[in-house]
Amino acid sequence: MYATRTRRARPEPFALRPGIAERLGLPYMDAALGLAAVGLVAFSIFTLDQATRHDVLGNPGYYVDRQTIYAILGLLGMYLLARIDYSRFRELRVGIYTFLCVSVSLVFVFGFAARGSRRSFDLPFFSFQPSELGKLLLVLALAGFVIDGARRGSARQRTVRYLCLGFAPAALVFLQPDLGTSLVYGAITLAVMYVGGVRWTHFAVIGAALAAIVALVLVVAPAIGTPVLKEYQQQRLTSFTHPSEDPSDAGYQQNQAKIAIGSGEKTGRGDRATQTRLDFVPERHTDFIFAVIGERYGFLGAAFVLSLYALLIWRALRIVTLSKNSYGTLVAGGIAAMLLFQVFVNVGMNLGIMPITGIPLPLLSYGGSSVLATLLALGVLQSIHMQARLSQKGRFAW
Amino acid sequence: MYRRSDELGPQMNNRLALRIALFGGVALALFAVLFFRLWFLQVLNGDRYLAEANNNRTREFRVSAPRGEILDRNGRILVANRTSLALQVNPHKLPADERRRHAELAQLADLTHSSLHRLRRTMREQLLLAASAPVTLRRDVGSYLVYYLQENQDRFPGVTVQRVFVRRYPHGTLAAHILGNVGEVSEKQLKEPSHLGLEPGDEIGQDGVEDTYDGFLRGKSGITRIQVDAFGQPTRNGKLVSQPPVPGDNLKLSIDSGVQEAGEAALAARGLPGGFVTMDVHSGEILGLGSFPTFYPSVFTKPLTQAQVNALYRDPVAAPIIDRAIAGLYPTGSTFKLITALAALESGTITPSTSIYDGGTLTVGGQSFQNAGGASYGSLTLVPALQVSSDVFFYTLGLDMWDTGQLQKWAHMLGIGRPSGLDLPGAAEGLLPTKQWRDKLAAEGEAEGRPWSAGDNIQLATGQGDLQTNPLQMAIAYATLANGGTVLTPHLGLQVDDAAGRVMREFEPKPRRHVKFKTESRDVILEGLHEAAQAPGGTSYAVFGGFPIEVAGKTGTAQRVGHADQSWYVVLAPYPNPRIVTAVTIEEGGFGAESAAPAALQILEAYFGKHSSGESGPNGGSPG
Repeated sequence: MYATRTRRARPEPFALRPGIAERLGLPYMDAALGLAAVGLVAFSIFTLDQATRHDVLGNPGYYVDRQTIYAILGLLGMYLLARIDYSRFRELRVGIYTFLCVSVSLVFVFGFAARGSRRSFDLPFFSFQPSELGKLLLVLALAGFVIDGARRGSARQRTVRYLCLGFAPAALVFLQPDLGTSLVYGAITLAVMYVGGVRWTHFAVIGAALAAIVALVLVVAPAIGTPVLKEYQQQRLTSFTHPSEDPSDAGYQQNQAKIAIGSGEKTGRGDRATQTRLDFVPERHTDFIFAVIGERYGFLGAAFVLSLYALLIWRALRIVTLSKNSYGTLVAGGIAAMLLFQVFVNVGMNLGIMPITGIPLPLLSYGGSSVLATLLALGVLQSIHMQARLSQKGRFAW
Repeated sequence: MYRRSDELGPQMNNRLALRIALFGGVALALFAVLFFRLWFLQVLNGDRYLAEANNNRTREFRVSAPRGEILDRNGRILVANRTSLALQVNPHKLPADERRRHAELAQLADLTHSSLHRLRRTMREQLLLAASAPVTLRRDVGSYLVYYLQENQDRFPGVTVQRVFVRRYPHGTLAAHILGNVGEVSEKQLKEPSHLGLEPGDEIGQDGVEDTYDGFLRGKSGITRIQVDAFGQPTRNGKLVSQPPVPGDNLKLSIDSGVQEAGEAALAARGLPGGFVTMDVHSGEILGLGSFPTFYPSVFTKPLTQAQVNALYRDPVAAPIIDRAIAGLYPTGSTFKLITALAALESGTITPSTSIYDGGTLTVGGQSFQNAGGASYGSLTLVPALQVSSDVFFYTLGLDMWDTGQLQKWAHMLGIGRPSGLDLPGAAEGLLPTKQWRDKLAAEGEAEGRPWSAGDNIQLATGQGDLQTNPLQMAIAYATLANGGTVLTPHLGLQVDDAAGRVMREFEPKPRRHVKFKTESRDVILEGLHEAAQAPGGTSYAVFGGFPIEVAGKTGTAQRVGHADQSWYVVLAPYPNPRIVTAVTIEEGGFGAESAAPAALQILEAYFGKHSSGESGPNGGSPG
């Protein structure tokens, strides 16, 4: 590897034998980012252990055991990715992009249908959801395309090209149907373009177009009888504006999540929690896990989790500025945006200020694909950090 | 490094720095929003949401308490309970979606062998009465239906099966008018202070002693609070608190079922509308009280059909729901003569030895008042006048007292035309015509605009004219004379025992008032009544002549406009120290001795356990 070669060529004057930490490359990684990630994963396991003990009859550890395995695999993957120079991915962009599109399309063929949508492959022990990993793949590929095409075509052509590149996988995911993840793809695309320097005027046009599309999809299309969204999707998107009393309603669920979080007060209700324990809040181990934390651990717990996310995103943005090359900048920007978008939309949904979109909370929500993909994305961030540190070091050494 | 192909150049770096800074600003703003919202929900409004969460997870189930039983004075059960399963729908828990709601109701209608239309109508009607209460669709549902609904609970949101207690009447129509009925508390009743703590759907006594003694009989619903999950299913170990229901106390009535049965049978045998009261003359305890036509109180345990409503309430003359013993408004005919006699003796109008000539007619101011049947008895003192029921004798007394107000004063003191204090709702006050009353009406141009005249008082002296009273008031008046002047408070409630049999309360209502009169007056009048009943030539000798117990009784034949003569009989027994009084009236029953007196005899026979020897000849009673 590049990093290792550098070190061998120019050994430190006083470090005759590099220590174990040095050998593992730990000093070059972002410790705060790693701590935040480990902290969140640990908190996820801790919460799942307490909250889902009675969910699967006869197997109290069903969710915890699995989440622990995913977390260990993910952390391993994160470490390995950190040791790889991310710049390689730039060269592999076409392959990555193709793999992304093919894998999300394959779900239509071999996919395992859950609740009316095909999102994952049913592997033994594990149902793999390619669209989760796809988030990271999209960042890596799109950043590569942006760098690669930086000098080709007019600014407008470039913008249209990036949009199309982002739109294709987003549309495939949308058709699964998985509205939430397709929105994440959109956010990633826009973020990479933003960091990549696409003009403000173009963003203004895109913004206007988005507003028009939203209006068309939510208001006009259903009115003229050709709905684009499925009824439940439409309901979820609009329900946070009108809480409802009907338990089968999306608005009811959101209201229950809000009550759950509020009832946690300052220090939480612990095992006396009822909202999330008695099924008033649905999907409590996945999309609504933040409500569980809010109810069980109160403001202290929920604010702690939010702080860890803030730390994570701060470190991600810092890595954007540190990157040794623009590819790293774009990748880090895309990942930061991916995290920020998911955290805000998911937590906002739990708090009743964002619509229900089915976006998992990174690292906290139960789910192998999501945990793995997020940890791998953090691994890429670590790699960018490491490369930056090593190159700085090299600069100082020379 | 600087020459790598993907380098964006230093000038780009400034713009990039700006973009990253903006990115950071947006992230900061978003996190600020989340933190603020979290603070708002958990710290500022936490208590509100905690209350909502607690409210969310518990369901209160009311466990209805059995009402107390109602017994007669000998402990015979008049009203008991049976359990029944009632199918209820909580309209607020039905699916909000119109189609699903419709489908569920249609299925329910099918299951209950009803039509959707009828079901919706039932719900509308009951919701009008109590807006938030669960609607009872059907009572006495079969267990097969209950099992089916329990197994398919998820398909029938809002539908519950409740075990309810239903009144059971082991003796059919016995004491129907006394017992009354229970029914769901109305929205208006809920606001009354005595119904505090009740909820829509709870049952309370709506009539009869069920109403009067509701506070004792009702009991207290229990509450089971259980923890439920979002689907309303009880959770394991979900029982939070449980307050067991407290059964109502048992009410023992003063009614003697034997007397009651005899009275009702006696009325039924005549087949005419009428009523009777039998009362203890020393305590005011009612031993029997009934009215004919009667009804099965059990009809009220289910919603009434229109046909049942018509049968119970419609007929203005013969509606079974009317309790003629206490709510009737009748002239009394000659049974009133006891009061006239007492008033005349006490006011000094006559003495027991004053004799008055009965020439068959009394003419006053051009108006002539005749003995019924055109009889003429010659010169009479009070005792024989009562014995033969000479009208002219009492016409004369009425005439003598026409502007002294003495007759009204004594009638009023004995309880005519005023509330009796009976512990049964629906008693009528009646009307005692007085000078002031008629003069006032006359001034207002009503009642023919005719002021009080001697004729009015003459009519009243023989229980005719404007007088309106009922068997209960007559029984009280007779009892007052018999017991020496105590105006009793008639009552049905004797005592209240709790479910374990401990006596909780005994009822001995104080007398209404005391009336002072000479013992001699009482003895003379009772003697006259005794002669009337059991001396040859007495008005009811034909009926009571052969009765082994000595009694003092008075017939009455009241003329009612638009009706045939109404038969009356009031009897005190045993003579000369009466224990009980029985008053019977039978609408259109003819002469007093013709129908009311034989009915009274049947009641006395039941009370004393002795039967008439039947020796007296059928010489009929003198008209009253």
